[in-house]
Amino acid sequence: MKILCCVKRVPAPGAKINVTADGSDVDAAHLGFTTSPHEECGVEGAVQLCEAHGGEVTVLTVGPPQAAEQLRYAASVGADHGVLVSTDEVGWDPQRTAAVIREAIEVLEEENGEPFDLILFGNESADSGGFQVGIRVAHGLGRPIVNGIKGIEVSGDGSGAGTVTARRAIDGGFEVYELPRPCALGVKEGLNLPRYPTMKGRLRSKKLEIRSLDLDTTPGGQRRIRLHRPAEQVSETVILGEGPEAAAAVVDVLEELGVL
Amino acid sequence: MLLVALEHDRGVLAEAAREALTFGRALAEKMDEDLEAALIGSDDEELVDEAGRYGAEVVHTCVHDVLSDYGPDAYGATLAQMVTELEPSAVLACGSDRGNEVMAQAAARLDAPFVANCIDVTPDSWTMTRVQWGGSLLEDSSLDADVALLTCGLHAVASEPGGSVDADVETFEADLDDSHRVTIVKDRTVQEAGVTLPTAPVVCGGGRGVGSEEGFAQLEELAELLGGRVGCSRAVTNLGWRPHSDQVGQTGTRIAPEIYIASGISGAIQHWVGAMASKHILAINTDREANMVVKADWAVIADLHEVIPAITAEVRRRRG
Repeated sequence: MKILCCVKRVPAPGAKINVTADGSDVDAAHLGFTTSPHEECGVEGAVQLCEAHGGEVTVLTVGPPQAAEQLRYAASVGADHGVLVSTDEVGWDPQRTAAVIREAIEVLEEENGEPFDLILFGNESADSGGFQVGIRVAHGLGRPIVNGIKGIEVSGDGSGAGTVTARRAIDGGFEVYELPRPCALGVKEGLNLPRYPTMKGRLRSKKLEIRSLDLDTTPGGQRRIRLHRPAEQVSETVILGEGPEAAAAVVDVLEELGVL
Repeated sequence: MLLVALEHDRGVLAEAAREALTFGRALAEKMDEDLEAALIGSDDEELVDEAGRYGAEVVHTCVHDVLSDYGPDAYGATLAQMVTELEPSAVLACGSDRGNEVMAQAAARLDAPFVANCIDVTPDSWTMTRVQWGGSLLEDSSLDADVALLTCGLHAVASEPGGSVDADVETFEADLDDSHRVTIVKDRTVQEAGVTLPTAPVVCGGGRGVGSEEGFAQLEELAELLGGRVGCSRAVTNLGWRPHSDQVGQTGTRIAPEIYIASGISGAIQHWVGAMASKHILAINTDREANMVVKADWAVIADLHEVIPAITAEVRRRRG
């Protein structure tokens, strides 16, 4: 089966993120970059499906030239092809991003002579978190999409006509959706535990030929004015103790809050 | 008119819907326009009355065979049709999984911009502050659109009834066919009945400091005793000690308990944004300088493996 994974290069989650003086973008000076966590699971999921059923994984990103690193990382864990739509501008709005991804997919599918059986997006990007790019792309391509997916199975060998069964986590359980192929899914971290690259994988990724596509379109209706950090939540922490003898004070608190 | 899209699951109104109504009521006031609501897939009187208690003057209900259970295509298409026909100035949902999904589906169909997870909106200029990085960074945006499609951040406001009215019901006829069934829920499995992580009044969270999969047994015991749930950090799910569904954080669950007892959790920003809606936080950590300790209301500076069993014993003792 042929799977396309759309990924985004983002600053590594967990780090304290600072903003440039003019607020136009995050200050990348001291940041490490990585693949947005949901999408890292998307790549792993795609590789697992192709290991089980045969097929090829293509990874697509829209971003700065350095986003080639994320394509190579995907190749190091098993992806076969990498496509980069370069942009030097920061902070593309979601409509513009979606329009360009859609166009890129149309170019690739025309070359392949067939649609990707499955297109995977992250549920939302870790940084800008617009919660819409995958849905806009899928709608533009006329394909069904469901977000929040943490489990994927395919009928047959996953190629051509057939279905994709997707599990979506809900409060206290999961929902099951069955989509006809070709289709798209927005996946979430928890779909799997992504593997680490092997030495062989790393070598393979160095040889990855990255396909560059030069595409752009007009901006959409949402425009960034500036980024800023929220006011720090300052709290006077009351230290209840420094050992198990603090238990009584802890239970006093629980009693006071009425949760006992 | 400001139209609030009400989230429900098979006729049970979601807390997210009450948050959207609360946020929407304040926004409609700023706009000096009426607050109305869209109830897709239900016309239950109880839900209509509840929307009225939050200030919705009119509830547009839409019942259709295709809308009998949730499906992003069918719900998104219906909302888009409502926007076209009812011509609201703005549409608001809560930025929950379904809220953002339905709004994005509607926006794609309307080819209109959609601004997700707003925490403050100025309708005069249509500028808004929205959350990035799950809340660790804020973005001021401007919106140029015929209709403002927005979601408010989950837990950006606490739900509060107000402006109570007897809501009028208007039925909406949606133009739907079998093609909209393509993404309807086919099956659902409830693995755990009762209290769940997003709704638990008490969450006992564990981080790397718990030390092992087995180490969570102490947290399980305390959580069960308090009628709560166990949560954990991303480090813990990455180590495979707990299932991902227990993860509290940007890429996991947003919790909002009465108290979050965070044990052995340093409190990296991506965990914090999942926990910050907790009403109170108690941190247990050996590191007095840990971010979680600094941000907590109360802290115990000690080894969680000694403190947690002592708390459990004390709770049992007081209950007799």
